[in-house]
Amino acid sequence: MLMEKKLYTVIVYSENIAGMLNQVTAEFTRRQMNIETLNVSSSNVEGVHRYTISLWTTEWLIQRVTKRLEKKIDVLRAYYFTDNEIFMQEVALYKLSTPRLLENKQVSKIIRHNNARVIEINSAYTVVEKTGKTDAVLSLYKEFAAEQCVLQFVKSGRVAIVRDANVNLSENLFDEDVVRSKVRR
Amino acid sequence: MKKELITGGEALLRSLINEQVDTIFGYPGGSIIPVFDALYDHQKDFHQVLVRHEQAAVHAAQGYARSSGKVGVCLVTSGPGATNTLTGISDAMLDSTPVVVIAGQVSSAVLGTDAFQEIDLVGVTQPISKWSYQIRSAEDVAWAVSRAFYIASTGRPGPVVLDFTKNAQVSQVLYEPMKVDSVRSYVPYPKPNMDCIKEAADLINRAKRPFAVVGQGVELGEAHKELIAFLEKGGIPAARTLLGLSSLPSEHPLCMGMLGMHGNLGPNVNTNECDVLIAIGMRFSDRVTGKLETYAKQAKIIHLDIDNVEIDKSVPVDIPVLGDCKETLPLITELLNENCHKEWIATFGDLDKIENEKVIEKAVNPTDGPILMGEVARKVSEATGNNAILVTDVGQNQMFAARYFKYKLPHSIITSGGLGTMGFGLPAAMGATMGAPHRTVCYFAGDGGFQMNIQELGTIMEQKCPVKMIVMDNSYLGMVRQWQQLFYDNRCSWTPMCNPDFCKIAEAYGIPSRFVTDRSELDAAIKEMVETPGAFLLSVVVRAEDNVMPMMPLGASVCEMILE
Ligand SMILES: Cc1ncc(C[n+]2csc(CCOP(=O)(O)OP(=O)(O)O)c2C)c(N)n1
Ligand SMILES: [Mg+2]
Repeated sequence: MLMEKKLYTVIVYSENIAGMLNQVTAEFTRRQMNIETLNVSSSNVEGVHRYTISLWTTEWLIQRVTKRLEKKIDVLRAYYFTDNEIFMQEVALYKLSTPRLLENKQVSKIIRHNNARVIEINSAYTVVEKTGKTDAVLSLYKEFAAEQCVLQFVKSGRVAIVRDANVNLSENLFDEDVVRSKVRR
Repeated sequence: MKKELITGGEALLRSLINEQVDTIFGYPGGSIIPVFDALYDHQKDFHQVLVRHEQAAVHAAQGYARSSGKVGVCLVTSGPGATNTLTGISDAMLDSTPVVVIAGQVSSAVLGTDAFQEIDLVGVTQPISKWSYQIRSAEDVAWAVSRAFYIASTGRPGPVVLDFTKNAQVSQVLYEPMKVDSVRSYVPYPKPNMDCIKEAADLINRAKRPFAVVGQGVELGEAHKELIAFLEKGGIPAARTLLGLSSLPSEHPLCMGMLGMHGNLGPNVNTNECDVLIAIGMRFSDRVTGKLETYAKQAKIIHLDIDNVEIDKSVPVDIPVLGDCKETLPLITELLNENCHKEWIATFGDLDKIENEKVIEKAVNPTDGPILMGEVARKVSEATGNNAILVTDVGQNQMFAARYFKYKLPHSIITSGGLGTMGFGLPAAMGATMGAPHRTVCYFAGDGGFQMNIQELGTIMEQKCPVKMIVMDNSYLGMVRQWQQLFYDNRCSWTPMCNPDFCKIAEAYGIPSRFVTDRSELDAAIKEMVETPGAFLLSVVVRAEDNVMPMMPLGASVCEMILE
């Protein structure tokens, strides 16, 4: 079971200093583990950055890598989760041709059916935004693409929040007594 | 305290004094000249050691650190000076040695422009150091140096790199000493978990065949007494890893020898016979475990380590005891029943008998043929009353010396374990004479490794380091030749070697020496070496095609050692 490949989400908190991202990704690189998505931003704690990293790997490996991440000086915490342990979302932007949109009714139907949002319209292009799981965001792209109206497409890496009602990640950041993460026994 | 306006370079030196640094190994160059200039006024504050190659500066700092328990310090220039330290930094990382490497860097204004002798040192050293940091302003110096020493020396020790830009060296700062004694993201000494301690003690109390495997963690934690108290109360036989050889004296009744690929038969075979395996400050290196799939599968495993990463890394552990073993060992000992496990211990003796007859006797007491490395090692050890510090290079010489030396005192083995760095020994031995000036330092090398940092004879001459150098001349890269013989059909590709007259080289440096080819001269030569004050080179022609035995071939289990 430890050797089965799954999509894991790693959440890392570190000090906000130059060179941290390099150190975090190096732990994956040295094993040639390919990062699927990466989102880095300031956290709710001042001076602390939060990384959300997703990748396909085995529990055996991700357990060990997460421990090594947490060991790094200036990394405060590192955790790993499977998809059923988190809520996760991605944001996608679709730049569509306005003339195509106007001449093809199907396009606005797709927008409505998918609960996507129009955030800009001008005579040349229309920008649509959709937040959702990877699959939803990508299938919307495919639907637009089938109508040949896409000028540009971008999607973000995932952001994730832990489902467990008892887990409050940011509160425990500096707390030595709290069991540091699931990988710590 | 009154603040004083000084340069960043001067601030660095004040900060080093503040950390009780007394010795610096270094080599100057363009982008570190301001610091060396400041050192000119600090000749009384530091023992200043000009090495002959920056790689040697780090190995010397390692030898200094491992013999003294203090942090070793190196000071080098940017670019090639800095890249020359990479092998030493990696070695210190893998062998948990506290060193601080300070390198010059180009001015921050020209960073990233391929300026003369600019390399991205932080980028290059991040993966091979415990912490790596660029000092870009003089204001940063006091904090960075103190943090560097704190990180290098606490918890599981390791190398720290400070990349010091030239503008920070020359600009002025209102200096104030600083002491960093915590980093909020870093828990160097995890608090022992009492549930785990109790579980561990219970398990040991119920064990019929407990076995302790002990590593350098005991030496780093200065837990020698705590280890002995633990073993003696529980009547637990123990064996040591290569780096942990002096964590338990060779002659202690519960000491069963050495683990690993070229370790002793008893401890290796009995790893797969014990019912409870207690690992103490060791990391289950592949050179110790052999084939993981068959390693101690019959046993429950307790692992005492200060580093959470090591727990479950390669060997699944039943009871982890995270913490400093100086603290956790007594907590467990307290809960132990007194025990003796006589029959179990006797099984080690049975295996010893086999190894003695098939291997050891032949290696240390040969009667004819060329001199053997094993006999030289045993004789040198005895000639120093088994009180010396053994520093080795890498290869057959390392394994023979480690096996046949005897260890009485703590901190008596300095060898490159994790990285297996040829060329480590000579500078490390030089550093050890400065870290432990009252002890005899014996350096064992092969003819290959001796020549990998042979330029340090210059430093040894200049600094009058009393290193007893024993060079085992087999005219081969012997350890590789052994593998070629055993596993590559004896095709000795690139391993035979034509050697110079090592004594003549020593002579050029004014170092007394002896050349020995005949067994009848060996005792007298060793006596002369030990009795001659200062450095001495003993060049011994040994049997060319000797093999280190026993051996756990690559991919074999601990219980599958070959004896001949
Ligand atoms: C820097 C470095 N290069 C290569 C090796 C691979 N290697 C390991 S042992 C060995 C042979 C060492 O020969 P020598 O120093 O003569 O020692 P001997 O084994 O003959 O005692 C070599 C080449 C190494 N460990 N380190
Ligand atoms: Mg040799």
